[in-house]
Amino acid sequence: MTIKKKPSGPALITLQKVEKHYGDYHALRDINLEIGQGEFFSLLGPSGCGKTTLLRTIAGFEDYDSGYVMISSKDMRGVPANKRPTNMVFQSYAIFPHLTVLQNVAFGLRKSAMSKAEKTKAAEDALEMVGLKGYGHRAAHALSGGQRQRVALARALVLKPKVLLLDEPLSALDRKMREQMQVELIKLQREVGITFILVTHDQEEALVMSDRIAVMFEGEIVQCDDPEVLYRKPKSKRVADFIGVMNFLPATVREEGGKYIASVAGLGETEITGEQCPAGVPLGEATVGFRPETLTLLYEGQTATHREAPATIEEVVYYGDMTYYDVKFEGVDKPVRISMRNIFGRDVLDVGAPARVSWSPGALVVFGAGE
Amino acid sequence: MKSLKSYAILYLIFLYAPIFLLPLFAFNSSTVIAFPLTSFTTEWFTTLLTLTEMHGALLNSLKIALTSAVLATILGIFAAMAATRYTFPGQRGIMGFIMLPLVLPEIIVAVSLLIVILRMGFNTGAWSVIAGHTLICTPFAIAILQSAFASLDPSLEEAAYDLGETPASTFRLVTLPLVMPGIISALLISFTISMDEFIIAFFLTGAEPTLPVYLFSMMRFPKLLPAVMALGTILVVLSILLIVIAEFFRRRGAKRAGLKDTGGFL
Repeated sequence: MTIKKKPSGPALITLQKVEKHYGDYHALRDINLEIGQGEFFSLLGPSGCGKTTLLRTIAGFEDYDSGYVMISSKDMRGVPANKRPTNMVFQSYAIFPHLTVLQNVAFGLRKSAMSKAEKTKAAEDALEMVGLKGYGHRAAHALSGGQRQRVALARALVLKPKVLLLDEPLSALDRKMREQMQVELIKLQREVGITFILVTHDQEEALVMSDRIAVMFEGEIVQCDDPEVLYRKPKSKRVADFIGVMNFLPATVREEGGKYIASVAGLGETEITGEQCPAGVPLGEATVGFRPETLTLLYEGQTATHREAPATIEEVVYYGDMTYYDVKFEGVDKPVRISMRNIFGRDVLDVGAPARVSWSPGALVVFGAGE
Repeated sequence: MKSLKSYAILYLIFLYAPIFLLPLFAFNSSTVIAFPLTSFTTEWFTTLLTLTEMHGALLNSLKIALTSAVLATILGIFAAMAATRYTFPGQRGIMGFIMLPLVLPEIIVAVSLLIVILRMGFNTGAWSVIAGHTLICTPFAIAILQSAFASLDPSLEEAAYDLGETPASTFRLVTLPLVMPGIISALLISFTISMDEFIIAFFLTGAEPTLPVYLFSMMRFPKLLPAVMALGTILVVLSILLIVIAEFFRRRGAKRAGLKDTGGFL
């Protein structure tokens, strides 16, 4: 994947101390965000975490109790959804079933000053942009899921909004279609240069598509970073667990002559740096996390580049290109997951076989025990 | 299996045999409604044309049914939107209360309306029948429209609003076309209910009777009975026609909206 250039310049959307309650339920807690011009931003979290509420707050569909929502430095309080420079792609796509594809796309242009021919041209251009050239005359209800999705995109983009809001836009598609649309959405976003805000519960989708991701739990943004930082340096065990697969082992951390030493169950002692502790160095009881791909099973004749630990293979899950091994380190009850690329000419190891695991101290992330 | 089949056949006979008797006697030349049939005639239909009093009653009924249907449907749209698009304290209780006339005995509605109207010093007339019929038709309209609104994805309305429309133009451009089959159904059902309603009309009709009230009064003249049969025949044919038309529009609407065709009249 290419590294995307991070957008710079002043924030297009600013949220300050946004709070919202539904009766007793605290839906949004102290939301502070700055989203830049041309940024692909994702709100990621489990269902009911408030991500859709936050998106709808930006769109103008939801009121908030206190705080500020600003778009282009303008306070949006009291500005209804139909007057905001935002457009939304709904989870159900909300394609008007009684209209044709072209009428759907041109719907938002009804009140514009353009001539009829210009409106048709704009709508046709938008359809071409999403790869539906020549579909204009079709009845909207006769489209497939992926086509509806594209019509919804074209309908929103034809208005050239400052911000495009996408509410779980890919969740109704099958896996293949979803992966294809992810790539197309990234391309489209770069092409139009409009700020995209995506709501998703799918961490993989967020990692693939976003410049930055805000992870939300219980109405609160717990971490907001670019995908790589989020994956490598999650600030809490909960974020680490939510994004990808993370193995956890109990550990103790002590300070010795200005250095931090972690004693990890099954792996032994190692020095760690403050950088490996995103939420500060937890002296005493701690938990150490590491990703499956940072571990390697050693084959005969191979030597570890950093450290090595003995283990037993508990479970083998074969995925074709990858194999997942669940292994048990000595003295640790919980198995640890290792992902290995399957290389031609190398056999998949058997369940129950003893194994040597290569690990690197630098790949560890250290959390407090209670976090 | 066999007994179930004969049960079904008996049931259908029970349901439709009386209706088939209508045209049979409407075209029978004898004034006595009894078998054997005598000879074929269209005399009773021409008799109908001479009964000017009946024409007045028919016109009266049509006026009342049309007005009640429109009023009940408009009220039904408001109530159905309140029930499906908003939440407010006491919503379920209020909705239940609105639906109550569905199970209220009509005789009670009729008598209490009559007392209220007379006590307030008004005279009964077409308007009081309209009031009564609107009262009993509205719950039916609500029931139909509520399901129409409930099956409408609320994000369609949000999408229109998001695309720059006002709440009013959203209703006109998106909501209305999509719930139109429900609105037509509600209009037709309300119209039909009002058209053949007797008790409320009987109590509140004043000097100008509706068709059912007039028909009832005709029963006292055995001589006119075949004409009643003729009128009944016309009404049955018209009802079937009406339902076929309504179903045609409903199916076309459902097809256009891309909805799966479920239920309906036919």
